[in-house]
Amino acid sequence: MIQERTVGSRLFDAFNYVFLGALGFLCVFPLIHILAVSFSDRAATTANLVTFWPINFTTLNYQEILRNGQFLRSLMISVVRVVGGTTITMLVVILTAYPLSLSADFRGKQFFKWALLFAMLFQGGLIPWYLALRSLHLLNTIWALILPGMVQVFYIIVMVSFFRRLPTELAEAATVDGASHWSILFRIYLPLSLPALATLTLFTAVDHWNAWFDALVVMKTPRNYPLQTYLQTTIVANDFSRLLANAKVSAQLSPRSLRAAQIVLATLPILALYPFLQRYFVAGLTLGSVKG
Amino acid sequence: MSAVDTKQIAAHREVRRTGSWRTRRNVPLYLMLLPATIGMLLFNYYPMYGLLIAFQDYDPLLGIRRSPWVGLDNFRRMFAQPDTWEIFRNTLGIAVGKIVVGQVAAVLFALLINEIRTNWYKRTIQSLSYVLHFLSWLIFGGILLDILALDGIVNRALAIVGLPRLFFLGSPSMFPATMVVADTWKEFGWGAIIYLAALTSIDPALHEAAAVDGAGRWQRMRSITLPGITPTIVLMATLSLGWVLSAGFEQILVLYNPAVYRTGDIIDTYVYRAGLLGFQFSLGAAVGLLKSVVGFVLVALSFWMARRFANYQIF
Repeated sequence: MIQERTVGSRLFDAFNYVFLGALGFLCVFPLIHILAVSFSDRAATTANLVTFWPINFTTLNYQEILRNGQFLRSLMISVVRVVGGTTITMLVVILTAYPLSLSADFRGKQFFKWALLFAMLFQGGLIPWYLALRSLHLLNTIWALILPGMVQVFYIIVMVSFFRRLPTELAEAATVDGASHWSILFRIYLPLSLPALATLTLFTAVDHWNAWFDALVVMKTPRNYPLQTYLQTTIVANDFSRLLANAKVSAQLSPRSLRAAQIVLATLPILALYPFLQRYFVAGLTLGSVKG
Repeated sequence: MSAVDTKQIAAHREVRRTGSWRTRRNVPLYLMLLPATIGMLLFNYYPMYGLLIAFQDYDPLLGIRRSPWVGLDNFRRMFAQPDTWEIFRNTLGIAVGKIVVGQVAAVLFALLINEIRTNWYKRTIQSLSYVLHFLSWLIFGGILLDILALDGIVNRALAIVGLPRLFFLGSPSMFPATMVVADTWKEFGWGAIIYLAALTSIDPALHEAAAVDGAGRWQRMRSITLPGITPTIVLMATLSLGWVLSAGFEQILVLYNPAVYRTGDIIDTYVYRAGLLGFQFSLGAAVGLLKSVVGFVLVALSFWMARRFANYQIF
């Protein structure tokens, strides 16, 4: 390590520590502010007094939301979507990556690779996508949220490059012993790929949790919205009719703090996973940059 | 090794090459590719068939097979509308702004954080820097709607230091810049990760040698660190080329409003609003098709350039 002792260098260091500290704060202050608003009452938020600490602390906002049938229903839909969607996508990633990672060529391999690449690079666009789901009779079903994303080409590419870096001797020895491709994949490759699998599983799960636009298009009734799409109705469209049916309660709550509380609840799972996300995501990002 | 052994091996190889053993052994490989094949056909290739309606006057009741064909009418209509040019201009402007500002911020952040020698501080700042990346645009957009409102906390802060209040999301002149800054805010930490990875691959001996020769910190940063990550910068810039017609659909959809359509409406939001919600399916599909084709050409070009100049290969 090189030690610098000049004045300029020390000044730079001082500036750098303070500046980056401020930048770090800048990234969490919106979350802190929203958290404070979500625990404040109507008087405080309408008078615009809340900064980083709740004023007239109340949990009424949360109580109201957690009592709401639609919020809970949407939460359940989100959970089903995350679990189902992640399972299917990861299964496809694993099954597709194995044949493509083999150095041996088989009939159709190159064609399949190009088909996959083209599928990633050329999208039909919103309207043809909607028409396709309609003619497949998937509209208004949970499958419309789970199935269209089942082939994640980029994740497949990442998995292929991970499989390729596994020592080939293992698979070769197993082949000589008469192991089938199935047992090589599930008994040798997968146990060795747990870090990559964890990374991609987290990626996929967060993608599904955060997705909201697709449901806005494919669900005909807001009853079938997953959580974030349901939040769209109050956060963006400003429609509280589904949340605040009770006029007596709504007199004590401001739409602003209700919105804040909903944002906090929808962010909670991500923040809870954040320590893991951090560890695996950064690993995953460098995984993807490895050349095949 | 005896002569018999070699012969046996040769015979074995012969069987392999001629096929039946090998084909049978390959059956599982095709079974493994089956789910992805079905998924691709249904959700990637089948929708492309729907692009045909860009050349029709599509009527949902008639379907694609019976709707009348109109040739390039939808495209003519598209370019006859003054809105269209505005939408393309907005898309390009916002996208290019995001790419340039976002990349510069990520590189600067990586360079600065690389100069921090206190490990726990470095780690903490870095963890904080990409927490927003994991929020959806609906969530972060919802937060922005609150804090950027006229009575939001940002304007309160501006008032305290004596500046006029700003209409970040409601004034057409400020909206695109707000989009660029908000996107940079959300993504700079995430974007910096790849540069930090590149920074760790710079040989520390270079720095030590330069320091011995009397190069100051600023000089070393300019002539060792920056050149060290230049290939990565070039690569990222190239790969972002394919993105210039996107500009961030979900962000705009959450944050825009009719007052800022003039500067904030982009291709994707237009297709959604006018095409899907406004039941102009054919026009929407035509605009979407144009975007897909141009986008595809640009991405293919950027991949080709990345491969040519940075030796980057995706498959």
